[in-house]
This record gives sequence, structure tokens and C-alpha cells, in this order.
Amino acid sequence: MSEPDKFQIEIPDFCVVALIGVSGCGKSTFAARHFLPTEILSSDSFRAWVSDSENDQSATPDAFEALYSLANTRLRRRKTVVIDATNVQDEARKRVLELAKAHDCHAIAIVINTPEHLCIQRNEGRANRNFGANVVHRQSRQLRETLRSLKRERFRNAYVLRPEQAESCEIVRVPLWTDRRTEKPPFDIIGDIHGCYDELVELLAALGYAPNTEGAWAHSEGRRALFVGDLVDRGEKTVKVVRLVMDMTAAGHALCVPGNHDVKLMELLQTGKVNLNHGRGLSMEQIESLPEKEREVFKSRFIAFVDSLVSHLWLDGGQLCIAHAGMTEAYMGRASGRVRSFALYGQTTGEVDEYGLPVRYPWAMEYRGTTTVAYGHTPMLEAEWLNNTINLDTGCVFGGKLSALRYPEREIVQVSAKKVYAESLRPLQTETDVPAIPAQWQHDDLLSAQDVLESRFVSTRLAGNVTIPPENRSVALEVMSRFAVEPRWLVYLPPTMSPSETTSEGIYLEHPTGAFSYYRNAGVERVVCQRKHMGSRAVIVICKDAESAQRRFGATGGDIGQCYTRTGRQFFDSPELHNGLLREVQETLNRANFWEEFGTNWVCLDAELLPWNAKAQGLLRDQYAPVGVAGQIALREAVAVTELAQARTPTLVPLHAKLLQRQADIEGYVEAYSRYCWATPTLSDHRIAPFHLLATEGKTYFDRPHTWHIETLARIASHSELLMATELLEVNLNDPDSEKAGENWWIEMTEAGGEGVVVKPLDFIVRGSKGVLQPAVKVRGREYLRIIYGAEYTEMENLSRLRARGLGAKRSLAMREFALGVEGLERFVRQEPLRKVHECVFGVLALESEPVDPRL
Amino acid sequence: MILSITSEGANASDMGYLLHKHPDNIFEANLWFGRASVFYPEATEERCTATLLLQVDPVNLVRGKQKAFTLEQYVNDRSYVVSSFMSVALIEAYRSAINGNCKHRPELVERKFSLTARLCAVSCRAGEEVIRRLFEPLGYTCEVKGAPLSERFPEWGESSVFSLTLRGEQTIQDLLSHLYVLIPVLDNAKHYYIADEEVDKLLQKGERWLMQHPEKTLITNRYLAYRKRMVQSALDRLAPLVEEGMETQEEKDAQNEAQEATAEAPLRLNEVRLQAALEAVLSLEPKAVRVIDLGCGEGNLLRMLIKQRAITEIVGVDVAVHTLNRAADRLRMESYSEAERQRVKLIQGSLVYHDTRFNGFDVATLLEVIEHIDAPRLVAMEKVVFANAKPRRVIVTTPNADYNTFWESLPAGQFRHRDHRFEWTREEFESWAKRVGGLFGYSVQIQGVGAEQEGLGFPTQMAVFDRA
Repeated sequence: MSEPDKFQIEIPDFCVVALIGVSGCGKSTFAARHFLPTEILSSDSFRAWVSDSENDQSATPDAFEALYSLANTRLRRRKTVVIDATNVQDEARKRVLELAKAHDCHAIAIVINTPEHLCIQRNEGRANRNFGANVVHRQSRQLRETLRSLKRERFRNAYVLRPEQAESCEIVRVPLWTDRRTEKPPFDIIGDIHGCYDELVELLAALGYAPNTEGAWAHSEGRRALFVGDLVDRGEKTVKVVRLVMDMTAAGHALCVPGNHDVKLMELLQTGKVNLNHGRGLSMEQIESLPEKEREVFKSRFIAFVDSLVSHLWLDGGQLCIAHAGMTEAYMGRASGRVRSFALYGQTTGEVDEYGLPVRYPWAMEYRGTTTVAYGHTPMLEAEWLNNTINLDTGCVFGGKLSALRYPEREIVQVSAKKVYAESLRPLQTETDVPAIPAQWQHDDLLSAQDVLESRFVSTRLAGNVTIPPENRSVALEVMSRFAVEPRWLVYLPPTMSPSETTSEGIYLEHPTGAFSYYRNAGVERVVCQRKHMGSRAVIVICKDAESAQRRFGATGGDIGQCYTRTGRQFFDSPELHNGLLREVQETLNRANFWEEFGTNWVCLDAELLPWNAKAQGLLRDQYAPVGVAGQIALREAVAVTELAQARTPTLVPLHAKLLQRQADIEGYVEAYSRYCWATPTLSDHRIAPFHLLATEGKTYFDRPHTWHIETLARIASHSELLMATELLEVNLNDPDSEKAGENWWIEMTEAGGEGVVVKPLDFIVRGSKGVLQPAVKVRGREYLRIIYGAEYTEMENLSRLRARGLGAKRSLAMREFALGVEGLERFVRQEPLRKVHECVFGVLALESEPVDPRL
Repeated sequence: MILSITSEGANASDMGYLLHKHPDNIFEANLWFGRASVFYPEATEERCTATLLLQVDPVNLVRGKQKAFTLEQYVNDRSYVVSSFMSVALIEAYRSAINGNCKHRPELVERKFSLTARLCAVSCRAGEEVIRRLFEPLGYTCEVKGAPLSERFPEWGESSVFSLTLRGEQTIQDLLSHLYVLIPVLDNAKHYYIADEEVDKLLQKGERWLMQHPEKTLITNRYLAYRKRMVQSALDRLAPLVEEGMETQEEKDAQNEAQEATAEAPLRLNEVRLQAALEAVLSLEPKAVRVIDLGCGEGNLLRMLIKQRAITEIVGVDVAVHTLNRAADRLRMESYSEAERQRVKLIQGSLVYHDTRFNGFDVATLLEVIEHIDAPRLVAMEKVVFANAKPRRVIVTTPNADYNTFWESLPAGQFRHRDHRFEWTREEFESWAKRVGGLFGYSVQIQGVGAEQEGLGFPTQMAVFDRA
């Protein structure tokens, strides 16, 4: 307890402050002077919130319930809380201390010690404070007891202020020791060293460090080393390692967190009451063999050094956290015994394994934070990413490697151990069981329902946060679970596509001018018209071989890829067609020398698979054909019967003529869908027309113009009978002739039975004044649209009614789905965990369940 | 689209008086869904045809204010087939005739004509047989002509579209009331909401014939769109009307039972299976108090579990929200007390997504569930259930593929349900169960459920996994 005479109080910038004092002592005035209104949780206010009266003492339990509920929420969000209540009873302060403990932050007590008569006087001066002097008297007695017991209570600091001090003092907020968010990269994070000095020096040199004139290792470009602890024990040169790290740290070229070995060795040196197991004996020998004078200096320097280290460091604006054994999101930048224990030892399950070592709790598997965590402690065969965490202890002292992570580059730099210095009690582990499949994939094998059902939105590069409403997520869960392919392959789902604005005149509902004017109005000069093949959308993910499929996608059973529809279902039910297609695409890419040219082992293609009936046979059989045959039969009869009747009743002539027209329409309709069908007994009866080369290892191609995509894919398609090129026409929207050529191409193509064209800006992603533009707008042919709007949509009275259609909902949907699709693939390429990719794909599928006019 | 009625023989053209339409004029009526025209392609003393041609406006069906219930699809056959719209048009065009009124020639109402009714096109998914079952008992000879789905692609098979010609000696009123009721029954889709007054309409239009019709249950069901309560009310009201009807009723019941025998076999099997699963839940020691039914469907097992008061927490999980809603309805959950709401819960969840809500149960049941999961995704299911949820006991049932040959109605190589992704033989199931048990530390016992067939085993196989 202290009575500051400078009237300056230092408190952590994140803590719980308990104001203590009798009613009328001036707590609220003090609070209002020094804290934000939102930081102050006053019992009087909460009594009012729950009962409309600050003085309704019967409301006190409910008021505190509400107060603590809010306090918990704020502290979880790492926001300071000031409890403005008398806090003169032991129970009240105990509750404050428990609150702080539960949130791993410090509790600070500030007593406002105002003489009793002054308090009584103030209370009398206030309206609504009609309790008598006896209340204040009782509280004063309790306060005196409090002042006696306060020093024994577990407040980090307690200050007792006289009224005039309360008025004049200054409160200074300082960050917690663990909160080093202002420290900026670049860093090189170095794993457990355990006295392997030679390897450390080699690694530092490889990272670009060298001893400077003062003898401390430093980096010429000002990079700093971060040591995750366990500098000592087991190895041969513990003293040299410790000296190097202490020198670097002292010179400002490194930061360090303590490892459990470092702490234990310090305790041994301090007390002598620690056993010599786990390589500690070796360290002691090395220390004891120092010349006596040097030895004592080393000992005291080491003790001071380790003692000064804080459990973990929260760095780079909160983007990075280092700790010896790991750190969960809830503990970052906080301080408590359990935070320190987690940092030093990790979480254990309380069990021991067959080697007698504690079984660690797989906190990293459950980690969902956005902060990168680098740590060590448990020796692993490889340094592998798992949920944005990485264990850099690659068992150098056991004959493994010494590893460093360059941050923010995320590159791993390693040197091999020169020898086996110690035998590991258990063999070095991998993050999971099967070494051939990366840890992240093995972990990702299982997605979590909570991840997809509870996240309200997905953050995307193109469209910010895309909200996924709960009812859509619920539908997507069903579809994903029942029908989708294994999520490992589902790295991309294509967006829906909006049609063009309707034309206002003529015999057309859609016409290229609609799409051209959309892009021209958005400031786009060059567009492409791409033939729209009438088939079904197919996304093809294919690997160079089964081994790369296993490495990159965690595939099992020799799978080499997947071909799925726009709703994530496997395209072909038949295994022969499915496997045949994947093999043929793979072999085509082999022939085209694709893998070498693109330096990749896998590729994701966006394609149209023909004919239409290959996938849509059910739709044709259940929906299109029954309508066609019913129309043909009914209209043949209607035409015949009116023909007969008009001989008797000439007024029927117009009706007969109309029916003849309707008959022509239904025949056109039947032709419209039959045209896109052919029998497909074998794979060679199909065609694949790829039009986007979406991604390969380390790259997406959303930065390439569509002309590049189509030309590249045409080159590949020339190596296969199965694949086909897609025609493309560039149109300059500032050149009426060019535009006319585009229109004519569309007319020519659709009159010859083509479905239509897709108009796209030349560049894949184009930003307009209101955000990213539609990536594509479709313009469908007049005959084709009979399938969509019904056989008789071309009749003038129908056409005029259909022209009024709203595109807003469809375009907004297309935009959000596009943003999600691009995001998912970019995340996959960045090797983010599957759940991060899956949430995007899941989002596309969820949005697809939004009700939008299906004819658009 | 077309309903033509032809009368033949002496005074055939008297039909015109009953239909209240002059043979030389066109009658036209605008209805909200389209336009009805009546005209006479032929009208002689010996042969007279009145054609009702209905042109449904397809654009209006979708765009109009009148929200059509069964016709949400944007390309549909409503413009071309004879559907419930035709029944409405029939009333509009021939109201007095169907009500048995004829101002000028009242004696014609009871007169039987030699009539031919031509309906084109008729959509009947149930096929020609049902068409005959509906009309032949009423004294018609039926000529049913089918059509292939596509003239160009014969491999697509036959359509369910027909043109239908009915011939019989009937009064005009009877013919029209038969058509009024049976047209929507054939089509089995109604364009309007089925309200209680539909029961009255059915009974009124069927007054003179429905009682005796051997297919009255089918007719009532389809006419009332399978709304159970209404169907029952209609059947109850039909039953006591005529005494001689009772005999037919008994005969019909016998017929129906025979017909349903194939459908009932699996029904009974389902009960046996539920019973077996319940016994496996109850036999766990120490007793199970928290049970989770993974893939609970409409709650058949939950209903049985709820009766076991020793079980204090029951959770039903299904991946489909609409299924859970039906389960909640069937279990009448809205009337539960607060305590019962705490005890019984339904949640949406998936067996291929890890879910902490599945943790901490004594028993998890997966009845006829795994065969609905794609084989490559079973690995995920195994982890979710056996590695993460880790109940003390897991009960899994699935069809026995060996047994399928016993069911003659099931074509060889076909699964029992369209959504089944696989059906395992006894050997396949056993090896799966043993592998999973070994992998996750469960002992396994496999048993058969249902009536055993020599050499084929039991129709259902059940594995009980106990955590070691």
C-alpha cells in the first residue's frame, strides 16, 4: 500500500479497478474525472437500469448481476472496467478479485478515504439520498476494517487517497508487459536451442546476422531475432548460447521469452533445490567449470535475465504472438499465473504417455485466432503450420534441426544438428499420425459445425464482410453434408451470373447492347464476348499425380482430383466417366507440358461440360420434356379441332391462327432443348470447354485478362479430343463498328442454335465507382430463352410483360458470390487451413439458397 | 387444354340445350388464369360435339397477383394439360348442366346419351392403369394413348402424358361431375389452396357415384391433396350414406390390404428395428441417462425414448431443418412443459462436421443413417461420432444387401431407397464395424433385426459399439 505524494498512479491500460469508499466519499466524481464513461460500471446506475431507481436497495442483487455480466463482456474484449461501488465488504472485493482472475488481468484498488462527517454532509445535500447517518457510519466502520486487510488481499496495487489527493492525482495507463504490440517486424523467430551453440551461430549467419563491433550479433537490415526459450540444458554449450542471447537482447537486436528449462535452471541457481534431471546436470557442469569470477557474474546475470523475461510477447499490432509452449487467443496480452503456466508448459491433459511424459492438450488444433502463434517446447520432426500456429522446436539437440521462421515472410530457415547431443525420451513427433500428409490436412479432415454455423460473415478482399444469414447457412449445411464432394477438393465454387438488362424494343428480350451499356456506363472500355456453351458448369481440380494430391489436398486412396458442379456435387455418378475424365485431363496437361510451364503440381479449372443432358438428364426428363410432349399433343389436337370448327363457325378463324402460332412456339421450344442433347454412353461423347484457369500452386490468375485465359486454355485443349477451345471476341465499347461486330456475332451464333454469349470486362476483376463490377453478364439467344421463359414468351403480349424484370437482387448475389469464390481460392493458394477455405465455399452455397427469380 | 364432349344417335344435338350453348356461336369466358372458349366443331342431329378449349396464360401464372401454389416452376405444362384449371372452367362453361338444371328442356337432365369425352392432354404420373381404375368402374370404356418423352431421343422413355377418350351411356350431369372430380385426381396437382370447403365440393359433386366407387380412398386422397384430416372427414361422411355401400367397402378394404402388403412389410420392419434399438439403449450398464439420436428423421425413436422416464436428456439431430420441424410437430413439442423442453431437444447438425454439441452422451444411435452418407465421407462421420462425441455406446443399423434378393419387388442391383449411397453385405458391414471399433477403442457386437431368411440373414443389420 502506498500513499503517492506526487499524486500519480500507474495502472495497466487493461485492468479491473475497484473504487472503495463509503457512500458520499466522492467515488463517482473521481471516476468521472479519470475514466471513460463506458469504463465505469456504477452500482447506482445499474440499480437504476434494473429498477428505475438508484436507491431501490431490493434491486441490489439484480443490479450486480447485470453489472458483472457487462464487466465480463468488456474484459473478454480486453476493455478496462472500473467497479464504482462502496466495495467496503470483504465479499464485494472478493468478487472483484475473482472477476480479474477469470480474465487474467490485474485488479487495482483505489480507496477514497473521505472523513465520515463530510460524507454524511454530502449525502444530506443530495436529493433521493434519504438514508440516515447510521448507514454511512456502518460503512465507515467496514472501511476501517478494509484498510487493515487490504494489504493482504490480492490486488496488484492498492492506493489510499485523501479527498484532496483524489482531486489532484493523475492516472497514467501503461501497457502490460506482455503487450508489445508496438514492436514491428521484420523478425526471425528461432526455436528451442538447448545449448546447441554451433548450430545457432550457423543459423544466425544463414539469416544474415553477424557479430557487430560491440560483439553482439546483429542484422545489417535491422531485423530482430525472437527466441522462443529453452536456451539451456542437454546441449554442450549452454553458457555460450545464453551469453549470445543475453548480449543480443541487451543490445536491442533480440527479444526473448522464457522456456521451462530456463526457468528451472534459474531456480536451481537461486535455491539449489531443483533436481539435475532433463539435462540440467550438464548445464550445471558447464557453469561450474567456468573460472570462479566469471562464474558468479554469469550466474547473477543469467538469474536477472530470466527473471526479467515475460511469459509471452504479443507483437506487431496483435498479428503475432510468441511463447515457449504456445498461447491461446483468450490469454494473449494478459497476465496471470495460468497464462504464465500455459506459456511455459502448454496445456496438459493430466495424463502421461507410455514414455512417462505428460500428454499435451492439442490446443493448436482448436486454435481459431487470427494472430499467428510461433512457439516451441515439444520437439517435432518438421516445423508445420497448423491453424495459423507453428511449432519451431525441431529437436536440434536430439539430432534434428534448428529452425527459424522469417516473419512476416513466413519462410522457414533451418540448419541440421551437427550430432545427437541427447536421446529423446520419445521419438520426435509429427503434428498428427501420418507423416506423408501435412498436419494441417490431417487436422482439417474434420470441419467443425460451429465454424460454419456460427460465423456471421466472411471477410473478403473484394467485397469486405459478406454476411451469410443463419437460415441460408442451415440450408447449406444440409446440402454440403448430403451431396457435396469431400471438402478437401472444394476450393472454389463459381458465382451465379446475371443476365443483361432487357432490350426495350424489337423481338428480343436480351441483346448484347444491354450488356455493352452496363459496362460502358461503369467506365469499362474493352470487353470480351465469350461463347456460352450450353452444358453444365464444372469445376475441375486435378493434380500431377496421386502423391501431389496427397501432399496438397490430403487425398487418400490414390485420388488425383475431382470434377464437381456449381453446387459442389460430383459431376458424374458413374465412376468410369468420373475417373476417365480426370485421367484424360491429367494426361492432356502432361502432353501440354503444363506442370513444368506453370511450375505446379495441381490446377483448378472452371469449365462448361457438354452436352446438357450429361448432367441435366433428370431436369430434361422431369421438367422440360413432359412440357414439350404435352404441348405438342395438345396443340396438334387444338389446331385440328379448330380447323374443323372454323368451317362451321367463321368467327373461330383468329383462334385457329393463334393456335397455329402456339404450335410453332412449342415446336421451337422442343427444338431449343433437344439441340443441346446427344446420347452420351462413353466419355468420348462428352466435351469439356475450360474458360478460366483459376489457380495453380502459389498463384491465382484473377490478375490475367480473359484473352490470356482463353488463349492459354485453347493451347492446352489442342492436346485432347475431349477438351475444346472457347471462342472469344474482343469488343471496344468506344468503337461503334467493333460493338456492331459483337452484336452481329451474337445474332449469327444464336440463330445457328447457340445459347448466347457472356460479356466480361477484359480484366477479370474491375473496380468501378461503387465497388467491384459484375465479373460477367450473360446475353442469351432468343430461341434458347424459350427453355427459360416458356415456349410462348416470344408472343408480343408476353414479351412486353417479361421486359419488366428487376436485376438488383441477382446482381448483388452474383457480386457477393464472386467475392467469396475468389477469396476461397486465394486462401487455398496461401495455404490457409481448410476451414478458412471452406467458409467461403460454404458461403457461396448458402447464398445460392437465397430466393432469386430462377429465370435470371 | 381440350375437353370435347360428343353425343351420338337420335337427337344427339339435344345436348346443346343441356350445355346451354348454341352450336353456331362461340362462348368465351375470361378467367384469372386464362381464357375458356366453347364451340361446336360438328353439330348434326346424329352427332354433336362441344369443345371446351382452355388457354392458360403461363406468364400470368407466375407474375400475377394470384400466387399459384403447385406451379412455381417457370416452364410448366399447365397451358397444355387438362388440370384443375379445366375443372374450374368446366363449372364456368357448363354450370347449369353440372347442377342438373335445364330451363327449356328439364326432361333431358335424366336422359342418358351415348357420350364420348375426349381429354387432351392428360398428365397422369401414375400411368394408364390408374386412369382405367378411375373411369372404368363408372361405366366408361377407355382409350388411352401414350407418347414418348422425346421423339428424337427414344431412349428417354415414355412420358406420363396421354390423350384420353371415354365412351359411355351417361347423363350429361354425371359425365360432367365425373370429369370435374377426376380431372384433378388424374393430374394430382391443384392450382389452389385446399380449404375445408373442398370436402363439401367433393361430396356434392360425387354425391351420385363416389360412395360406390372402388377407388374412393384414392380419389379422396388425391382430390384433397392428401390432407389427412380432410380426407378422413370426407371418408367418414361417405361411409354411412348408403347401406349397400358397406359390402363394397369391405371388399375394397380387403383389396387395399392386399395391395398394401408390400408397402407394409418394411413398415413392420421399421417397428422391429426401433424396438431392437431401444432395447440396445436400455441394456447399457450403468444405465443410459443421456441419449442422442443422430439422424433422428421425424422422431420415431425419439418418441420411444421420451417414454423412458429414466432417460433425462434426449437430443435428436438431423441435417434437414424441415425434417426437424416435422419431428417437432409429430412429437407435439409446442405443448411441452418447461421441464420437458429441457429434457428433449432437436438440433440441426451434420455427421460430417465436428460438433461439440454431440459430446457427453451415454448412447448415440444412428438408425438407417450411414447408408445416406457418401462412402468417402464416412471417415469424417467416424471421427465425429467415435473420436469426438465418444459416447459410451454407439448403435448403428443399416440394410443388409444380401437380403435384397428376397424382395421380389426390388430389381437386382438396386438399393432400397433412392438416396442410399451404398448398401452393405453382412461381410462388408462386419469388416467396417470391426475396423472402426479397433481404430477408436470400441468393442463391437453385430446382430440381425427382422425376420431371418435362410442364407440371406436378416433384413437389417445392427452393430452395438461399446467404448472400452
